[in-house]
Amino acid sequence: MPMPLGAAAASRRKSTTEPAAVRWLLTGVALLFVALFLVVPLAAVFAQALSEGFGVYFRSLGHPDTLASIRLTLLVAAIAVPLNLVFGVAASWAIAKFEFIGKNVLSTLIDLPFAVSPVISGLIYVLLFGLNGYFGPWLAAHDLKIVFAVPGIVLGTLFVTFPFIARELIPLMQAQGTEEEEAALSLGAGGWQTFYRVTLPNIKWGLLYGVILCNARAMGEFGAVSVLSGHIRGLTNTMPLHVEVLYNEYDFVGAFAVASLLTILALVTLVLKSLAEWKFKLELQAGHRGKDGAP
Amino acid sequence: MSIEARQVTKHFGTFAALREVSLRVETGELVALLGPSGSGKTTLLRIIAGLEDPDPGGGQVLLHGQDVTGRHAGSREVGFVFQHYALFRHMTVFENIAFGLRVRPRRMRLPRQEIDRKVRELLQLVQLEWLADRYPAQLSGGQRQRIALARALAIEPKVLLLDEPFGALDARTRQELRRWLRRLHRELKVTSVLVTHDQEEAMEVADRVVITNAGRIEQEGTPEEVFHHPANEFVMNFLGHVNIFHGRVEGGKAVFGTLKVDFPGEGTSERQSVRGLVRPYNLDIATRLDGRAGFRATVRHINAAGPRVRVDLLADTGESVHVELAHERFQTLGLAASQHVFVIPREINVFADGGQGDDSAVL
Repeated sequence: MPMPLGAAAASRRKSTTEPAAVRWLLTGVALLFVALFLVVPLAAVFAQALSEGFGVYFRSLGHPDTLASIRLTLLVAAIAVPLNLVFGVAASWAIAKFEFIGKNVLSTLIDLPFAVSPVISGLIYVLLFGLNGYFGPWLAAHDLKIVFAVPGIVLGTLFVTFPFIARELIPLMQAQGTEEEEAALSLGAGGWQTFYRVTLPNIKWGLLYGVILCNARAMGEFGAVSVLSGHIRGLTNTMPLHVEVLYNEYDFVGAFAVASLLTILALVTLVLKSLAEWKFKLELQAGHRGKDGAP
Repeated sequence: MSIEARQVTKHFGTFAALREVSLRVETGELVALLGPSGSGKTTLLRIIAGLEDPDPGGGQVLLHGQDVTGRHAGSREVGFVFQHYALFRHMTVFENIAFGLRVRPRRMRLPRQEIDRKVRELLQLVQLEWLADRYPAQLSGGQRQRIALARALAIEPKVLLLDEPFGALDARTRQELRRWLRRLHRELKVTSVLVTHDQEEAMEVADRVVITNAGRIEQEGTPEEVFHHPANEFVMNFLGHVNIFHGRVEGGKAVFGTLKVDFPGEGTSERQSVRGLVRPYNLDIATRLDGRAGFRATVRHINAAGPRVRVDLLADTGESVHVELAHERFQTLGLAASQHVFVIPREINVFADGGQGDDSAVL
């Protein structure tokens, strides 16, 4: 039936939008939820940390055990993130660009750490390297310490954060296909030149996005690390573990002061993540566009 | 530089993409590999380029008489142009073209100014100097493919391989680029192989056409040869529209209803089924037979919009028939829908099963 343009537009608007009351209600509920469950706790962390003033706040942050936990957390992340960067890029490169037997198995194994509870991941290493574990006696005989020591914490963190980078890169690399690499090879570039001149620039934002997520988890991991660390103050306590220790000792200001650092880390991560995500989406779209061949 | 593939076999899992294919391309030639998708033409091209290896022991590839089987793609001095351009998306047009020159080992690399000069030259050759600082995403499909070609030519390849280079472009751009490629080839004289599934493209661009099907080569020859003397039913069917009539051998003749064609084909037996293939423009329409060989049909639909008039008919045998007439002929006949007429073939190609006894008859 013929209808004047304006009327058609008006009826379309009506059919795709809810009445104003419903819109306000839904938005209100969402905002209330965010305020109650995200903003209030966030504010509470800082309120508690600063409840006895800045002086006490900085003094508790300056405590040797706290400083040790910060150093340990940074150390663990500094080892785990670069290693996972290398593993993640290698695994996604293999999965996205090559056909081989066992590809599906590898692809599933990468997701394993997501599927397993972090506590179980920790226990696996205790089972392997603990005093009563498979390699325990041998390690003890050679005076090597893994469980209840820094190597164990690094291992647990590595395991838990393994999927983050690969999971971001695999779909991106698959969308981009192998044609650019093939073009580079046929133009005389070697494997390594192809990787750092063609592949790496094409995935840089996706990679950064993965690294940010990986780093956030590496610094915030509690479960696996808790099982493996042994909670030795000033030696094997990472920041999340240190928060728990302080809290259990009723040192609320101390606990929340460390927690506030982790919160700041989370906020910085969030900002960086959004930035990388935005660029990463452009990259992914370009990947799909390039494949379709549309101008 | 000549290209030769000897008995090349390639499997993907259990799928045989190429079965003992041999091909020779002479220096300076432009050869089109033409075939339906899955016929193995792209696989053969990629094997020549070194982007894919033949099965172990599955044949050899020779460039200028030298066995390069198993040699790295980068060392074959082959320029490859991809269907979807495969331009480096994070590099400018200039950097894309310069890529092949920049990745050379230091002792073989040209000085910076030389590279700059050469890239400018190539941009001029593909007539896109003004796009040097753009990124691939900012170009049209036709521009991208010309840049891809310039990039492939930068390394001064001895051989140029093009994998469906115009496949992703719109019809008009495709036309333009075909002619442009033809001119470019005449200028540069670089041995080239073009893969395409578009028979018109192959016929227009190539010196020689190689028709592939199901991992084998069906026929090779100049465009005229393969078009006018198809070696078998597949080739004839693939190279343009055909009418297919089903008939049988009876006393040295192929019989299609009321139409009888001499068919001396050896190795055929009595009552064997045969197929007669006729191009639409090799069929005429008449209101009376006047002693000519033909069959009865009813006009179903007439389409006069185009260089020739296309007429759809239904033969009395129940087969549908497509005829192309010159406008003058159509005017003389004064055809109308549901009119009863005779269809008279001028030339019919008769094929028996198993490719034996193929014969074409001019009536």
